[in-house]
Amino acid sequence: MRSPHPAAAGRRPPDARWVGRLAIYLFLTLLALGFLYPIVLMVLDAFKTTPEIFRHPFGLPSHVGLETFREVWRRAHFGLYLRNSLLVTGGSLLVLLATAAPAAYALARYRFPVRGLIFLFFLAGIMVPIRLGILPLYLLMKHLSLLDTPFALIFTYAASGMPMSVFLLSTFFRTLPSDLEDAARIDGCGEYRIFWSIMLPLVRPAVATVTIVNVVPWWNDFFFPLLFLQSNTWKTVPLGMQIFFGQHLTNWSLVFAGMLMASLPLLAIYLLMSRQFISGLTSGALKG
Amino acid sequence: MSGARGWFRRNGHLVVFLLPGLVLYGLFMAYPLLTSLSYSLSDWHGLVRGAFSGLANFVKVLGQWPYNARFWGALSHNALFFALTLAIQSSLGLFLAALLSRKWRGFAFFQAVYFLPYTMSMVVVGFLWLLLLNPTWGPVAHGLRLVGLDAWVQPWLGQRSTALITVILVNAWHWLGFPVLVFMAAIQGIPREFYEAGLVDGANEWQGFRHITFPLLLPSLAMMSILTFIWDFNAFELVFVMQGASGAPNYATDLLATFFYRTAFGDPTTGGEPGQIGLASAIGVLMLIIIGAASAFGVRFSQRTQTEY
Repeated sequence: MRSPHPAAAGRRPPDARWVGRLAIYLFLTLLALGFLYPIVLMVLDAFKTTPEIFRHPFGLPSHVGLETFREVWRRAHFGLYLRNSLLVTGGSLLVLLATAAPAAYALARYRFPVRGLIFLFFLAGIMVPIRLGILPLYLLMKHLSLLDTPFALIFTYAASGMPMSVFLLSTFFRTLPSDLEDAARIDGCGEYRIFWSIMLPLVRPAVATVTIVNVVPWWNDFFFPLLFLQSNTWKTVPLGMQIFFGQHLTNWSLVFAGMLMASLPLLAIYLLMSRQFISGLTSGALKG
Repeated sequence: MSGARGWFRRNGHLVVFLLPGLVLYGLFMAYPLLTSLSYSLSDWHGLVRGAFSGLANFVKVLGQWPYNARFWGALSHNALFFALTLAIQSSLGLFLAALLSRKWRGFAFFQAVYFLPYTMSMVVVGFLWLLLLNPTWGPVAHGLRLVGLDAWVQPWLGQRSTALITVILVNAWHWLGFPVLVFMAAIQGIPREFYEAGLVDGANEWQGFRHITFPLLLPSLAMMSILTFIWDFNAFELVFVMQGASGAPNYATDLLATFFYRTAFGDPTTGGEPGQIGLASAIGVLMLIIIGAASAFGVRFSQRTQTEY
């Protein structure tokens, strides 16, 4: 054991330590099976026919083809839902960054009379789930004729992401040295240029954190689509899939294939860039 | 006028920077949250607000059958949901975080695996376990029969005694990787010199954890507990997907959020009593009070135990 961090190494005889190590690996492996096996089953069963799933629940698929996935794509309007989810998540991120970044910048880098009050106003929402305001929000969307449009989701998501994002971004903006601004100002740079060309590029890590912290729950959200979207035109993947699963609950093959398709985008991103994913999520949670 | 114009010329950029965020956040978050309080104090006829009715909605939710039975039932289910989740994450979760922080060979893989379910949508998690736990065709029942444990096969989600616990465990499967990550990040933030000093003093592994790691982790544990509390008292999707809006069987898995949803938007599963906005808002405000009180308590605890190093 080269690195005794964090707990100091025990001083037992070597073979006892070896047995302890084996026990730890065994425990972790069994636990990993519990976490992984349901997902593995989902993937395997997506390739089986429903009778095959019932007869050989733990077997491998007898042949690997994409027919079931094509069927889900066609019958569940999967392409449409995917487009809507991308649009809603991307739109929310754009609106959030366009509003939170300048606000955080102003709160972090300028001194003006009501600064503390505005900061407190934003921060007050950090622990309050927006779901608890759903009724006034619903009626507001109705009055603004935004129900059944992606904008109801985009504005709700972006607004609910504000407190945490303003907090994270302003913490980051505050750490930047003020010489940068001063030099730019002496060179005749305007306030907007300083923000956009000098300061914003420097907080890119914080922007990445804000993106990951928000995009994962938005992409998976089911609650607001359920309430805001009635017609099929704008349904997102989780809502569309919930309805599809409910309608085809006896066709397990179809349901497993749909689950795999619905999970694949985030699973792929997570597997490809798990380090950024993890550090983004934890720094968001710890600073909250 | 020229004074105002002069002020704007000097400070206009502040307005441009701040206004969009203030409008967005004010209109779509602060306004709805604050208005729900006034909604709960009014009489409602469908979507039309009637006269000020004082605490009548609260009295009804807390004291009149069947609303009171649903409310106290749902509250106790949320409490159990939180208590069990907290117990799992502060024992197994903390243990895993302490273990995985040693970064032995392969530990990065285990960490990645435990976190995998967290990336999945609650809709998928709910339906996945609905099929896996199916007592006739599901692989869990099949596996138990294979090893001769036929008696253990039960309609886990269909009977009162096991439905809620099962939903809570499914939620823990989805959730656990997240607190493990957060605890690991906190453990890795503890300076190594602390342990080296402990080693000099002759501390063993358990003592190192008990007297060095654990006290320094308290703020993170408290923060994570608040987050868990907030999420568990808002839990909705899993029960809605697996057990329906009424928390089947017979309200055994009903939560505050599903009760709120039925009251506000009508119950689709029973053909739909019409939505009652006043009552639903009262439920929402009660949830807000519960969550607010718990967060305030947790934040104070977290600050009291904070150590700077």
